[in-house]
Amino acid sequence: MLKRIFPHPLLSVTLTIVWLMLVNKVTLGNLALGVVLGIVIPIMTAPYWPNRPAVRAPLMAAEYALIVLWDIVVANMVVAGIVLFKRNADIHSQWVVVPLELTSPEAITVLAGTITMTPGTVSATLSADGGALLVHCLHTDDPDGIRDDIKTRYERRLKEIFR
Amino acid sequence: MITYALIFAFACYGFGLLATLWRLLTGPTAADRILALDTMVINFIALLILYGVWRGTAIYFEASMLIAMVGFVSTVAFCRFILRGDIIE
Amino acid sequence: MDQDMTLLAELLVSAFLIVGGIFGFVGSFGLLKLKHTMQRLHAPTKATTLGVGGALIGSMLYFLMIESSVSFHELLITLFLFITAPITANFVAKTFMQGDVVERELPDTGRAFGWAVYDDPPSEKTEED
Repeated sequence: MLKRIFPHPLLSVTLTIVWLMLVNKVTLGNLALGVVLGIVIPIMTAPYWPNRPAVRAPLMAAEYALIVLWDIVVANMVVAGIVLFKRNADIHSQWVVVPLELTSPEAITVLAGTITMTPGTVSATLSADGGALLVHCLHTDDPDGIRDDIKTRYERRLKEIFR
Repeated sequence: MITYALIFAFACYGFGLLATLWRLLTGPTAADRILALDTMVINFIALLILYGVWRGTAIYFEASMLIAMVGFVSTVAFCRFILRGDIIE
Repeated sequence: MDQDMTLLAELLVSAFLIVGGIFGFVGSFGLLKLKHTMQRLHAPTKATTLGVGGALIGSMLYFLMIESSVSFHELLITLFLFITAPITANFVAKTFMQGDVVERELPDTGRAFGWAVYDDPPSEKTEED
């Protein structure tokens, strides 16, 4: 019964909080409207996420988010340094292929997003069967190192989070 | 002091708008132009927020939030149109 | 005491605004300077998020500490930009690859299928966007 009303409790909580932030005023009426939205929207959108994987380790997910945030800040400094102080001829851009062990689309989406936001790499496309990721690297002389970095730093954690 | 920081940031984003405009005009590929448009929207959001701080009013946040959403949707629609020749299949 | 707090607040807000300005500048400058489209993709997707993020945090602190009014809209805008930046970058990369990159120039997938931009996915599986 509870499962029918709240098919996706996390989404319900997030929607309520986002609604309160959007109206920017916490009153009882706004809270009630937010809760209604948090119940109605997950029920209406349920057909769009049929086999959603559960997040197994919330602590790991929090750790992952912190690592990614830190990496975003570092990535910005690195890219800013490359853009401002390197001559165009000195920038060695390369394609890197990352073979994936993740299988669920959600996990691969998170990994691709993370790669785009972190040091000097942008994920460009996926192989047609979803088994390898094509990553463009702004400046590297060691493509294998980048690949191993992505696999150990992000993919290993994601594999434990979305088991 | 905040005034000087604001003027500095205004100058930075103003230059950013000019740079994106140059990229938008010269191309050379369609992807470059879309990227320039997207960056232009982001620069514009930053300028609006800075202007809000300058005037000391929070009313510009709503405008910048709407622009952020419209900008994202239009970038995706543009890319989809070039990729598939259609926006909604 | 109160004077000191105001000074600290002003310093903090100014620092965030200047950092935001610098990163916004770098993002657009990279768009202008770099020679290849895929390289240009890197500058705006990264620098601009932190640039706008810096400006937004600066303005949030300004309204919190000097005008003493709480506003969550900045946080929402920052969150929205952080979530959408990778999606935009991915779409632009795909658009560029479809139009201007030949599959021969790319490294091999190491699998039975080619890259999704050029090759159809195996049947019964939808494409990952």
